[in-house]
This record gives sequence, structure tokens and C-alpha cells, in this order.
Amino acid sequence: MSHPATVAPAAAHTHGPPRSFLRKYVFSLDHKVIGKQYLGLALVAVCTGMALSWLMRLHLANPDLALPLIGKLWPNGAPGGVMTPEFYLSLMTMHGTIMVFFVLTTAPFAGFGNFVLPIQIGAEDMAFPRFNMMSFWVTFLAFLVLVSAFFVPAGPPISGWTAYAPLSAVGKDAGPGQGTGQLLWAISIGIFCVGQLLGSLNFIATTLDLRTKGMTLARLPYSTWAWFITSVIGLIAFSVLLPACILLILDHVAGTSFFIPAGLVISDTLQPHSGGSPLLWQHLFWFFGHPEVYIAILPGFGIVSQILPVFARKPLLGPRVLIACMIAIGFLSYAVWGHHMFLSGMNPFSATLFSVPTLIITIPATIITLLWIGSLYGGRLHFTTAMLFCIGFVSVFVSGGISGFFLAQPSIDVYLHGTYFVVGHFHFVMGVAAMFGIFAGTYYWFPKMFGRMMNETLGKIHFALTFVGVYAIFMPMHYLGLHGDVRRYSAFTDEYMKGSIPLHRFITVAALFTGAVQVLFLYNLVRSRFRGAPASDNPWRATTLEWTTSSPPPHDNFGGHHPVVTQGPNEYGATGQAEDYVMQTAPERRPGA
Amino acid sequence: MNRHLAPAIGVLALAGLAAAATDAPAARPAAAGTVSGTVTFTGTPPKMRPIDMSKEPSCAKEHATPVMTENVVTGPGSTVEYVVVYVSAGAPAGPAPTQAVRYDQKGCQYIPHVAVLQAGQPLDIYNNDQTSHNIHPLAKVNPEWNKSQPPGTPPIHASYDKPEFIPVKCNVHPWMHGYFAVLSTSHYAITGNDGKFSLAGLPAGKYTVTAWHERFGTQSQEVTVSEGGTATANFVFKALPY
Amino acid sequence: MGKLFAVLLAIITIVSATIFIRHTWWMPPDYSLHGIRIDHQLAETMTASGILFVLAQLVLAGFVWRYGDRTDAPAVKRFPGGATPMVILASVLVGVEILTLTLVGSKVWAGIYQSPPEPGSLHIDVQAEQFAFYFRYAGADGAFGGTHPELIDPASGNFFGLDPANDTTARDDIVSGSLAIPVNQPILLSMHAKDVGHAFYVPELRIQQDFVPGLVIPLHFTATRTGKFELVCTQLCGLGHYNMKAYVEVMAPEQFAQWLKDQAAQQ
Repeated sequence: MSHPATVAPAAAHTHGPPRSFLRKYVFSLDHKVIGKQYLGLALVAVCTGMALSWLMRLHLANPDLALPLIGKLWPNGAPGGVMTPEFYLSLMTMHGTIMVFFVLTTAPFAGFGNFVLPIQIGAEDMAFPRFNMMSFWVTFLAFLVLVSAFFVPAGPPISGWTAYAPLSAVGKDAGPGQGTGQLLWAISIGIFCVGQLLGSLNFIATTLDLRTKGMTLARLPYSTWAWFITSVIGLIAFSVLLPACILLILDHVAGTSFFIPAGLVISDTLQPHSGGSPLLWQHLFWFFGHPEVYIAILPGFGIVSQILPVFARKPLLGPRVLIACMIAIGFLSYAVWGHHMFLSGMNPFSATLFSVPTLIITIPATIITLLWIGSLYGGRLHFTTAMLFCIGFVSVFVSGGISGFFLAQPSIDVYLHGTYFVVGHFHFVMGVAAMFGIFAGTYYWFPKMFGRMMNETLGKIHFALTFVGVYAIFMPMHYLGLHGDVRRYSAFTDEYMKGSIPLHRFITVAALFTGAVQVLFLYNLVRSRFRGAPASDNPWRATTLEWTTSSPPPHDNFGGHHPVVTQGPNEYGATGQAEDYVMQTAPERRPGA
Repeated sequence: MNRHLAPAIGVLALAGLAAAATDAPAARPAAAGTVSGTVTFTGTPPKMRPIDMSKEPSCAKEHATPVMTENVVTGPGSTVEYVVVYVSAGAPAGPAPTQAVRYDQKGCQYIPHVAVLQAGQPLDIYNNDQTSHNIHPLAKVNPEWNKSQPPGTPPIHASYDKPEFIPVKCNVHPWMHGYFAVLSTSHYAITGNDGKFSLAGLPAGKYTVTAWHERFGTQSQEVTVSEGGTATANFVFKALPY
Repeated sequence: MGKLFAVLLAIITIVSATIFIRHTWWMPPDYSLHGIRIDHQLAETMTASGILFVLAQLVLAGFVWRYGDRTDAPAVKRFPGGATPMVILASVLVGVEILTLTLVGSKVWAGIYQSPPEPGSLHIDVQAEQFAFYFRYAGADGAFGGTHPELIDPASGNFFGLDPANDTTARDDIVSGSLAIPVNQPILLSMHAKDVGHAFYVPELRIQQDFVPGLVIPLHFTATRTGKFELVCTQLCGLGHYNMKAYVEVMAPEQFAQWLKDQAAQQ
């Protein structure tokens, strides 16, 4: 680093405002620009991922449907416009990978975290601005590598975002896309891990070292707590996935057999491998994969915990309990990965071992939910769009969390594991809940990012339609699961599943509807960026440091001075004074007295 | 079929055009000779076994009696079906016909079991079933591909540039096995259930005739064809029960 | 807006719960000996979590209704008792529930996966491959022939890689594309995969188990009623995954004996 590293918080790590376009907007060291870049990448990724899910839903509603445009775009994947089974699976693989890695990891954690965390702790930038810039561009490269799989002759991989070996490890014999496409997938995810490791290290160092004067850990805003815990989880999780990807790449290109046992005959070809273990991949993958669920959802916890009190105009209930529970979830997330593998052929005795911590994790999760609901009690709720998405978050998190009760038990998982019940569960708890966190964060921090307000009317319509839409999509999947309908099928040819095709069509309609509703959001984003009403410094009357500076903040966040923190972030509902809240930088006094 | 043109480079370059002109059969029938014969086996061949298609009811119901495996099909008098007999040396390689060879998937079977085509000749693959098939020709010399063909979609157009016997399989229906016999010559025949074959249209000369069977392998012999005459070449494969 | 949202949330909750309660889409009837305990466990979980679900959503909706858009209330109210009693209550309640579920559930699980097969089980070898299941019965000699991956030849029907030329026990092995089993007799499956990972799922029999390449996984169960079901693959295995299936027929013992005889004649 060219900057002098001193121990004085916030004074270090200054870099002058960049002058050239390239340094200002492209290869920027500014955490605010990098945060926006991450959010921009996530926006491109989420549009891609959603378009893929539309094609999947169309195919599931009618596998014989001919879409001439798709046939022109992918003459191999959809001859005459009719999608092939492998094309469906490649859509599914790319949808899952793009959504989990490039949306649910980048937006709530790297995106909002980058923009907000340094300001919330009163720092001028991240601890390692160059690492920060690298982190984004490495992630961007990973995205390009992944998307390039669409353009190789045999198409993208078809082994799902979990890439189970040996399907993912043996190469093209296993199916179309399993050669070059799968290799590109492994390379992309490996690169992505590097980007997130750089990001996680940065978040940890920044939170620990760059807090401004008075910003004790006890006064840390909850969103910063959540990003901090997430980055610790990410540091461990991605450092396991990275070597796993390297081993997978070696199985492809170097003839190793880490994940491939002896004696496999694939497409009539005896595979030249021996000694590897398919379960090894599953263990490595889920040792990353389960914590990844919390990497996606914990920032949402933080965002909701941060926003709820602002619009309830009262302090969050039990903030210390909240933080303790988030830390507990972080720890427990490393003891539960085997619940993805109850039926994987791993020793059945270990199923009980993994089931218990999985069920225990419901205790902190339940407590956090109750804290949120309890925080609404007796408040004066202002239903801004951000607030609505926070309450919506609580609702979908409850729905998704409760279906986890079933899957955490091996004796029930034995019936539900391969069914749509699981799809409904993880979309609610990880996909929709995290998306609601992202939406809440966007409506909440947009004024700070761009100095303009988003349109609240459009926002509320967007929320209401999305809320109904996601329930219409994902609740029926639980019914399908109970009925025994199998996930990852490109068509339902089995007699017993044919009966539920109408329900699948209903889901398809709901998915197309909900997807179309998101145009409102995109329009609102673009319009508000240029035409939105100018935002004041603190439009939501919130207490945390990002609302003490201008909207948008200057290059060094606080215009040359360093805020001094005297209060916790939770000082809402004060009485007997002009305002009902106390800023974190307010002169020392007893709040509410 | 008679096109022993001088192998001059210029002529080869025009071969595509010439093919259309000389493809008319029996351009000089009087001069042409024939190689014919029968392919038989000795020993005990493996039993043809009924194929269990129960997993694909839409195909199973097309067959009143179970379809049998086709890797060793024998006829009365120890004859062998699906043997590709071709001139492997002595005749110049003519240009590939532009007429496509048709390969059908019907009732979860490949029809014909062995498709013979010339290198460079187009091949059209049709799905006549109500189910999705994937066509996976396991080529080693030529480029390998693997594509699904949902019902009702247009035929897959393929062609192979190099001679090769390519096993073809459908992963969705593991019993479906066939072959693409890609040859460099246009002088070929495939035996019927009577084991008989006939290679017509050969000018007088010395040839190597090769018989290939997917399980028994290849055998070759030299034959001399006289002007307008018929030479005989019989092949006998040794069969084992397992 | 708040009241509208509260009503919306309440309607979604009630509709969702009603469809569960009415069993509009539900599990097929159980045909296995162990399935009743799974169904019981699922019903218990459904009741407990159903109450939680409805309660949580309705309280949320209630608070949104009650405390939304208030201009009249000057002061906010604290949650009665603060966080501590609620935390303790929630921990105890959820703790007791998960303890109960674990104790009962692990017995159910152990009964299926951690107990040895019953003596006298009918042993069937199951191979999963892209994209079909094949089943092997030991034949008259009661012994399975050895399998050799290099001898696998689907074109001649040798799906398992048997070596009848040198291995006499292999000659009478019965290979079938569908699974026939006698009713009320314990069945022991030896599950192995030829190529990639697959899974064995018969909803009516309440069994699901992955096939793992390189491992032979035992699975045992007893079917209690006759019937014909679809066995499907639930582990992503490639392009034909959706069409990877076989039929399972639970037969009366004499019918099964006849089936076995017919199959043997065809081999």
C-alpha cells in the first residue's frame, strides 16, 4: 500500500479524489463507487438470472412449447425453438449459480456493505482500497467467465449450482456442457472465491481497525455487525470452496481423480480414473454451501434490524440479543452442512449429528424473528417502501424458516429431499428473503447513494405486487413437494406427477407476473436517479453516521472531519424534545430522559 | 457408380460438380463387375435377448412382442445380419453423394441399426417417437457431440469427414444402440438376414474387400474382378456364446 | 397502506394454511411398513410448525394493522417485559419442541437406516445409470455373479458387466428393467451406480436414497400392500434425469414366484 499505515483510526488510508474518468468510475479505489459497481453487477446478474428462470418456467408449463426467438439464439439448445432437456438443465445451473453467487452474495454483502459500512463506522474508506478494487474486478471477471459458458459449442454445464461429482468432474462423457462448460464454471467460481476472500478480509480489517472515535463495538450499527459477521463466515467458507474448485479443475484438465472413483462407465466409456470420492466434493461444497446461505441472509438480518426501528420510531427490541444470535448463527452454520447430505450415502449415524445443530439453529433464528415482531409492538409504523420490504422480509423468512423444520429432520427429509418442497424452502428463506433485504436496502439508501429520493408510490405498488407474487410462486412448491413432485426435472412424464401440471402452470403465470412487476422497480431506479426529488442529508430521520453527512457523501465521506460517536444506533422514540431520535454523534446526554 | 476419373487435382476440385453428372447409375454398365458373397459364422453366437422397455411406456406399447437386442443378429443357415462389406483398397474414393442418409428413432429403436454413409455425406436424424431422445455418437476420430431431440423438433443434420465406425447410443434409453459406418468409398453393402451382399459397379481389377461387424470385428480378402464378371467373397466369423 | 398490507398478509396466511390443512396436495397413501412412522412424524411437525406459522404471520399482520400510520399516539410503547422473558420463553418452547422432534425422529430414522436388514430378506442388486434403473436377482443358485465394469455392454443387454463365460454364478442371474417384489417380505437392496450419482425415490414406499459411484449402499424395507408404483431418480444425473424411472410392482408371493420364473426363461 502506498498509504502510510498508522494506528490512528480513520486518519489513515486517505487517498485524494481521482481526476480521470477511468480512476473515478472504473478503476476506482472509493468504497462508494465500488459498492455501486457491485450493485450494478448484481443488477445485471439478477436480470439475467430472472430471464433464465422465465425460460425454465415456460418450459415446465409446456415442454413442447416452441419459442422461435430462443431457437434462433440457441439453435443447439432449442432446435426449432423447443428447449431440449439439457438446455433446461443449463438454464437451471446458470440461474442457480448466477443468483447465489453474483446476486445474493454480491448485492447484500459486497454491494451495500461496501457503500455503507465505512460510512457507518465513520471511516474515510476501506482498510485496503486496492484490494477492494481488485475484489470487484476479480468478481466481474468471474461473471464474464461464467457467462462465456453460454457461447461454447456444447453449451453451459448441466450439473446444477451444486455441481455434484462425478457428473461435474468427468468431462464431456457425462453430458452436453459437462466438458468446457463445466470447466468454465469451476474456473469462474474459483475466481469468484478470490474476489470474496479479498472483500471479506477488507471488511474484517475495516470494522476492527477504522472505527471512528467513540464507535465502540457496542455502538456499532446492526447492519455493520451483520456485514462483519458475514465477512468472518465468508472468509472461512470461500477459502474452502476455492481449493475445492481447484481440485475440480484438476480432475478436468490434469487427469487427477479427487472426486472420481474407479470403475465408472459413462456413455459406454470406462473412465480412466480411480481412487476419488464423490462424497468429498459434497462435503467440501456444503461446508461452503451452508454458510453461504447465511452469507446471503445475514446482511438482510442487519438491514432489517437497522431499518425497522427507523420506521417504527422506537428502539429495536433486545439489540444485544440480536447480535448474540447472529454470532451464534454464524458459528452454528459451520456445524450443519451435513443436513444437505442425509440421503447422500454418508454414514446414517452422522445424520442425527447434523440434524441436532440444524434444529438448534432455529432457536436464534426464532428469537431474532420475535425481536423484529416485538419491535413493531407499540410503535408508530411509517410504511415507507423500505419498511414494507422489511416487514415482508420477516414474513417470508418465517415461511421459509418453518419449512426448514421439516427438512432438518432426516426422518422427514427422506420423503421430501428431492422434491419441490426444498425448492420452495430455499427460495423463500434465501432467495426471496435476501431479495427483500436488497430491495429494503435500495429504497432506504438510494437517497444517500444518489442524492435523490425514489418514488414511494411506485415503490409501494412494486412491494405489494411482488409480495403477493412470491407467495403465489413459492408456497405452491411446498404442496408439490408433499405430493412427491421431483425437482430438477425438465418435464413431468411420470404418471403421478402429471396431475400437478396445472399447479406448475399456475406457478409459471405467477413467475411471469412477478418478474414483469420488477420493471416498475427498474423504471423507478432509473427515473429517480435522474428525476427524483432531491434528498436531504437525513430524509428518514435515522441515527447512524451515514445520515450525518451529505447525500451523496463527499469523496472522503465526512468532508475532512471525523465524526465523534457518543450514542448507540438505537436511540428512537425519545420524548420531551424536538426530535424523537438522537443521532449517534449527538452531544452526550441521557436519551429520552 | 462408375467414376474412376483420373485423380488429377483439377478434377478433384470439380468433383462436387461432377458427382451430380456421374451419379446417374449405369453410366457404363457393360464394363462393371460385381463382388458378392455371404457372411456366416461358426460356433455359438450369443443369444439375442428381449429388451425391457418398461421405463418408456410410449415406446413399449409400439411393440406387440419385445424387441430383441441387435448386436448379433443371425439368420437361418448361420448367416449374419448387419455386416458392412466394402471395398477398402483398390477403388478410388469418389466424391460424397449429396443425398442425405436417413436415420430414424422409432419405438425406441434405431432404424436402420447400422447406417452406412460416405465421409462428407449428409446424415439426417429423425425422432418419430413421443419421447425425447438424445443422440450420442461416440466418435473418436471425428468430433464427438451429444444432443437431445425432443419430439416434434426438426431432424438433426450431421456429417462426418473421416472414415470411422461410430457407435451411437441414446443415454435416455440405454438399450438403444446403433452404428454409423462412415466409409471413404462409395462401394459398400450391408448384409440382410440372409447374410448376402453384393458390391456392383466395379471395373475390372484387384480389390481388397473388408467385412465389418460390430461385435465380430473385421476380415479382409483380396478379390479380382473381371470385366463384367462376378467375383465371390465369403466371410466366416467365429462366434462365442458370451 | 398498513391496514391493506395487514389484510393481504392475513389472507395469504389463511389460504396457504387451508390448502395444507385440507390436504389438497398431499402424500400418496403409504404402502410400507416403516412409512407410518414417517407420516406420523411429518404430521406432528406439520401441526407444530403450522401453529407457529399462522401465529407468527397473524401477529405480524395484527401489529401492522394496530400500530401502523398512527398520528394519535404520542409515545411509543415498549414490548411488555422487554426482550429477556420473550427470549427465555422462545428458547424453552422451541428447545422442547426440537428435543421432542429429535428424540422421536431419530428413532424413526434409526429404524430405517441404522438397523440391520431382517434375516431372510430378499436380496436384490440395483444399478442406477444414465438414465435407467436395472435390477438383478440372484437366480436359482442364490448367488450373484461378480461385476466387471470393463465388461458392461448395454448393446447386448449386459448392463451389470457380468462374466458368464468364466463365472458360473453369473449365468442364472436375472436382470430386469423393473422391480418386482413380494408383499410383506423384507427386501434388501444393494445400490450402486454405474456412472454418476442418482437416487432411488418411491413416494408410496416412503424411501429415498442416493446412489453414490464407488459405494454399495444397502437399503431395506417391507411393502405391506400390493400395487404398482413409479420409481424415480431424484439426484441430478444429466440430460435424461427427468425421464429416469422404473416401475415397482409389489406382488402376491405366488405371483412373484411366477414372475421370477418368466424372467429367468427370458435371460
